[in-house]
Amino acid sequence: MQIELSGTQMAGLAFFAIFILSVVIFAFLGRKSPPPSFRPISAFRSLSHAIGLAVEAGKRLHVSLGWGSLSGIPGASAVVGLGILERVTHTASISDHPPVSTSGEGSLGILSQDVQFNAFRSIGASGSYTPDTGQVSGLTPFSYAAGVLPVIHDEQVLTTILGGHFGSEVALITDASDRVGGITLAGSDDLTAQAVLYAAAQEPLIGEELYASLAYLKAGPAHHATLSAQDVLRWVLVAAILVGAILKFFQFL
Amino acid sequence: MKLKVPLTASITIAFGLIVLAGYFVQVPVLNILQQILLQWSIPLAAVALLVGIVNLFGVHWRKASTGQKGSLYSALLMFSLLATVVIAGYFGPTAGLSLWIFNYIQVPVETSLVAILTVALALAAIRLLRKRLNGFSLIFLVTVLFMLLGAAPLFGVEIPGLHGPFGARSLLEQVPVIAGARGILLGVALGSIATGLRVMMGVDRPYRG
Repeated sequence: MQIELSGTQMAGLAFFAIFILSVVIFAFLGRKSPPPSFRPISAFRSLSHAIGLAVEAGKRLHVSLGWGSLSGIPGASAVVGLGILERVTHTASISDHPPVSTSGEGSLGILSQDVQFNAFRSIGASGSYTPDTGQVSGLTPFSYAAGVLPVIHDEQVLTTILGGHFGSEVALITDASDRVGGITLAGSDDLTAQAVLYAAAQEPLIGEELYASLAYLKAGPAHHATLSAQDVLRWVLVAAILVGAILKFFQFL
Repeated sequence: MKLKVPLTASITIAFGLIVLAGYFVQVPVLNILQQILLQWSIPLAAVALLVGIVNLFGVHWRKASTGQKGSLYSALLMFSLLATVVIAGYFGPTAGLSLWIFNYIQVPVETSLVAILTVALALAAIRLLRKRLNGFSLIFLVTVLFMLLGAAPLFGVEIPGLHGPFGARSLLEQVPVIAGARGILLGVALGSIATGLRVMMGVDRPYRG
């Protein structure tokens, strides 16, 4: 058996190898030291406050997972959204009104119900779980946004967390949340949605901040390790871009 | 030390590794396996779509049958859904009646939402000035206005230095905007890889088991 690798494949493989190695090193170091401190992001400071506020006021938290397919590129942001949903459901499950989630894709809808059921089961309250808390609100971008609006208006939602793949239609959701006097924390993998959210959300998450959510929400040491590895890889990429630019400038490339 | 990995996580990890390895290593058996697994995902996604529609119907059925707020809208949604399924199922998705529903109901409704979106975006810009007035917000709004003004000649008049291929808008678009967008996309790509790795390591498990 002969394995042939092209230059791009070798570069990709090397990148993955460095990433995995960094994760393993940081995970090993993390076992012997206290959790690392990351730069403060105001959105995550506000989130714990918003969860407490919603529970005290007897209102709901709403997690919007977007309409990105899990089998495509937006799948990663949807997985992060599901992780946030799990943490939020776990924290706010003592409330009279458990968190509600909306999604615009079938598989995401099934997983959102699964995640919420797991969160309830982990605290021994699986009887309090109802499948209606994980809703598929529409299957196209605008029908999804239109389906989320009545959830925000009718389900006594105070805090809306958006984590997943959205387009410009996300402004309709943030506007609805603003109209009911709610707090909106939002991040997306899409550039257009990020630009819209910067203006429309009270607490926007830009770029990789969405993917750092679970490390900030104390989901576990593996999340701290991957976030630290991301930082290392970011510097590797910065160095590679600068070296490439210098080589290009001096016509070596 | 006993390592307990649930069956569902084991399947996810194994399938993830096969598909990932297939992108980097050109081994025939691996590539065939990768293709088979990717092909399986298509009918699974279709089934998930059906489950999504059933979920949507179920939520609105309960809302309408218990007389909750907005139950009339839920009844209308269920009627529209059933009528569309019956018409498109009986006549076919490209039949005249099916296309009429698409062209004269769905398209106008979604277009009207786009119109509302324009107002929502303008309101968001005003709210940004009121609630979060800082240097970055000002740069954001000035850039938005600059790009809008430079998008097309104003009443047919080109502003010297703003419009055209060598104008300030074009320069702004080609250098700082693209640089910023690429920076954000690199961050998103790194985050996506990290998330994918966590799923493959069985750390992030958004499924039961």
